[in-house]
Amino acid sequence: MTRLITIRPGPRARVLAGALPIALLLIGYALAAALRHADNPADKVLPTLGAMGAAAWRMGTHVDPVSGQIALVADTLASVMRMGAGLALATLTALVLGLLLGVVPLARAVFGPVITLIAVIPPIAVLPILFIALGLGEAAKIALIAVGIAPYMTRDLAAYVAALPAEQVIKAQTLGANSWLVAIRVALPQMLPRLIETLRFSMGPAWVFLIAAEAIASDVGLGYRIFLVRRYLAMDIILPYVAWISLLAIGADALLRLISARAFPWAHGDAR
Amino acid sequence: MTGAALIELHNVWVEYGDTVVLERVSLAIAAGSFVAVVGPSGAGKSTFLRLILGQEAPSRGHVRFAGAPMAATCGPDRGVVFQRYSVFPHLTVLGNVLFGLECAAAPLLGRLFGTARTAARDEARAMLDAVGLGHAQDRYPAQLSGGMQQRLALAQALVKHPRVLLLDEPFGALDPGIRGDMHDLVTRLWRDHGLTIVMVTHDIAEAFKLGTRVLAFDKRRHDPHAPQRYGATATYDVPLLRKPDGAKAAS
Ligand SMILES: Nc1ncnc2c1ncn2[C@@H]1O[C@H](COP(=O)(O)OP(=O)(O)OP(=O)(O)O)[C@@H](O)[C@H]1O
Ligand SMILES: [Mg+2]
Repeated sequence: MTRLITIRPGPRARVLAGALPIALLLIGYALAAALRHADNPADKVLPTLGAMGAAAWRMGTHVDPVSGQIALVADTLASVMRMGAGLALATLTALVLGLLLGVVPLARAVFGPVITLIAVIPPIAVLPILFIALGLGEAAKIALIAVGIAPYMTRDLAAYVAALPAEQVIKAQTLGANSWLVAIRVALPQMLPRLIETLRFSMGPAWVFLIAAEAIASDVGLGYRIFLVRRYLAMDIILPYVAWISLLAIGADALLRLISARAFPWAHGDAR
Repeated sequence: MTGAALIELHNVWVEYGDTVVLERVSLAIAAGSFVAVVGPSGAGKSTFLRLILGQEAPSRGHVRFAGAPMAATCGPDRGVVFQRYSVFPHLTVLGNVLFGLECAAAPLLGRLFGTARTAARDEARAMLDAVGLGHAQDRYPAQLSGGMQQRLALAQALVKHPRVLLLDEPFGALDPGIRGDMHDLVTRLWRDHGLTIVMVTHDIAEAFKLGTRVLAFDKRRHDPHAPQRYGATATYDVPLLRKPDGAKAAS
């Protein structure tokens, strides 16, 4: 008997099945936009796909005579740099602290509560502090991303390392490993695939913090642009920007997955 | 019995709070013997092994290793193979065996280079050949069968030339056919390396087949209202006529 839970779509059927809701969304949007424009040709709330394409093209090719830059390119570069710096800072912090807390019970006893305390503070609430302490420049935006995700990543990694089978640590010691070698040759390598995974899960919050920081104090960046053109109700720019941010996020996620699969074949089921 | 006592336990107790796990354990294990430890689940067999490993200290009494008080940490003179998680999933088969050689020679980096690395690789390969894993040296543990993983765990421990090899239900998860092969392998390694082996097993037949001595752990006294009140001890201690170099005589 066929049951709902036993129906498994094949590879081609899966692609089709996955594309269907997206196509429906697009068609639904196009219909709604067409209906509104039939009523009012100057409607700004639901721009037509054509209008969005034109606006995106303008943002992506038109060189601003004042700054000498292409808006989309300048915004993307600025945002990606901030994101990269923030993620790098958070990753490095989580790597070092996660390893230390995971391997050394004493360090866990000392730093665990502090990190838990920091982790429960909503990062946006400390944004004013960061602006006051670090100024309105790049440092505060980068710091917000790092402060926002590093505690979660650290706790996740520390818990993961601490949960490695005790047998492995005993075995390593009987093979002559000291604490340092247990850390760098047993715990560290096994924690790296998890680091990439926790980084992937932290990308969503990281984007939120970046866009929030850019919306509040910036003169370039994807978040800055969206909040700038909002004043003119320029949905034809906002929506392509949102789509572009999603594309960047999907690309970053795919890149991280690829790196993990290539670098750590043993951590991915079929380790061939 | 062969050789002098390598491991001695004098009136050893292991207690966690008011739970008594082992009580009044006094015994000596001769160098070169193959001690099989049996007993019901929870009788403290793994605890006994942890004492010899130095992973745990007795709450009363003392343990001596090679005439000196047992060091409080696990060191390379004692090898161990557990039922699971004995090999490192992130290292290849060869990498797993190299690990012990690298730790000894490079306490800072844990890596060897140049001729030292070549020599270590040759040694590790020879060890892998001895356990029949020479053909699989570039695979990861996840790509090995359960029996192959336990062979690897044995090779990994033996490359350090430990004086004692501690096995905690090493073949518990293997099917009977593979188990027989592993019995032959462990017997051969025991003879070739002049090892002292302490092996915990749930399989009485296995204990009598492999051991030169069978130790049974169980509680002598039992309080039905407070089962944690009394600990287990070695209730039976059966020497067998099996010798490292000779044919086995049934007991
Ligand atoms: N850290 C601990 N704290 C409290 N009790 C413990 C601790 N470690 C072990 N025990 C208890 O000690 C007893 C013996 O445990 P042990 O693992 O040595 O048994 P075992 O004979 O190896 O059992 P099995 O055959 O199931 O492996 C168990 O009842 C267990 O609950
Ligand atoms: Mg046990």
